[in-house]
Amino acid sequence: MQLFPCPFCGPRDETEFHYGGDAGNTRPDGGDVPIDRWANYLYLRSNPKGAAREIWVHMNCGEFFVMVRDTLTHEVLSSSALGKEHAA
Amino acid sequence: MVRSNYYYPQSVELYGLAHRLYEGLSKDLNYNVMLSQRGMVNLCHSTAEMEVGARTVNAMQISGIDAELFSPEDVRRVAPIYNFSAGARFPVFGGIWQGRAGTARHDAVAWGYARAANRLGVDIIQNCEITDFIIEGGRCRGVQTTRGTIRAERIGMAVAGHSSVLAEKAGFRLPINSYALQACVSEPVKPILDTVVLSPGTGVYVSQSDKGEIVIGGGLDRIPSYAQRGNLPTLETVIAGVLEMFPIFGQLKLMRQWAGIVDVVPDSSPIIGESPLPNLFLNCGWGTGGFKAIPAGGTLLANLLASGKHNDISRPFDLDRFASGRLIDEAAGSGIAH
Repeated sequence: MQLFPCPFCGPRDETEFHYGGDAGNTRPDGGDVPIDRWANYLYLRSNPKGAAREIWVHMNCGEFFVMVRDTLTHEVLSSSALGKEHAA
Repeated sequence: MVRSNYYYPQSVELYGLAHRLYEGLSKDLNYNVMLSQRGMVNLCHSTAEMEVGARTVNAMQISGIDAELFSPEDVRRVAPIYNFSAGARFPVFGGIWQGRAGTARHDAVAWGYARAANRLGVDIIQNCEITDFIIEGGRCRGVQTTRGTIRAERIGMAVAGHSSVLAEKAGFRLPINSYALQACVSEPVKPILDTVVLSPGTGVYVSQSDKGEIVIGGGLDRIPSYAQRGNLPTLETVIAGVLEMFPIFGQLKLMRQWAGIVDVVPDSSPIIGESPLPNLFLNCGWGTGGFKAIPAGGTLLANLLASGKHNDISRPFDLDRFASGRLIDEAAGSGIAH
């Protein structure tokens, strides 16, 4: 069992967490959004091999946060609360 | 696992083609792929699941694919060792039966194709990494590799588990997340299970290999990953599911457990067609279900490379479906775990 660091509760079992998607994938604004921009937002992913910035939710406390994780080694590089810079 | 129990007509065409080609594959390749059409049952654990099962069976029959709705007695006949006890967590209300489904020896499929390709003059270069794409005038003209340059009129990309990594080198993104998919086998025992049993309740499917090992597969690890190993909690869920389905397997010891990386697409259907980089063609995104489709994926990619155009079977699976919204959502349609 891997431990993931919740910025609010500290290290907890991985099973308490749920993957929420790429960090920084912001929803297009306004009514006149080109189709490709919608497809990009809804479906296309960077899916990096290595360091990835991801949104996770700690299901016990219900908080969403940003975790930077190496997808090859599963090492957690950082974990931080969603700030204004990540508003998504 | 070789099967074609899908819901949407586009999928039925695709996996139906693969299934038919599998039936002649040993002869076509002149290599025994040990196809064993022992049948497969997708269990239904409630009256609601039976209604969905009937809908799936009807859809398959209308599309000309063999399928049968099984009663609990039918399931008991093909899988008597299933947990039919009164207190079973996932009781059997019936199932979706495909008699032509079954198993094949995965190594033999790879070896058979390699030998047949070699005989036709195809060069297979191992341990040779693509480092970059040669792009001239906005079109793909070849690849740079760790062992030199290869130029071609059309280039095909079929790199399960690393599609996004290569797409990034070619300058585009794909609708793919990569996950680990685990499987495990037990020590070999005498014949006890002569069909394939899948329970949507546990998310687990089980069969017995010719050597006698119980072969166990489950759902995806739910953490995006390129690590060629599985996570313990998922393995625990899978094993718990096996014991719920077959309490008799509680005495078995596991011999091997492994994980491979699979490229999962939001609608659980593959991507076949030209990439955003002209002359570069994609055959990817098969998720957890690529093995059953190998002959179709190969045939369709070969057609694309030879003609530069889709045929009727491959067209619905083009990358453009994510902009048009014409998804082929098999996770929702056939309820098959991917």
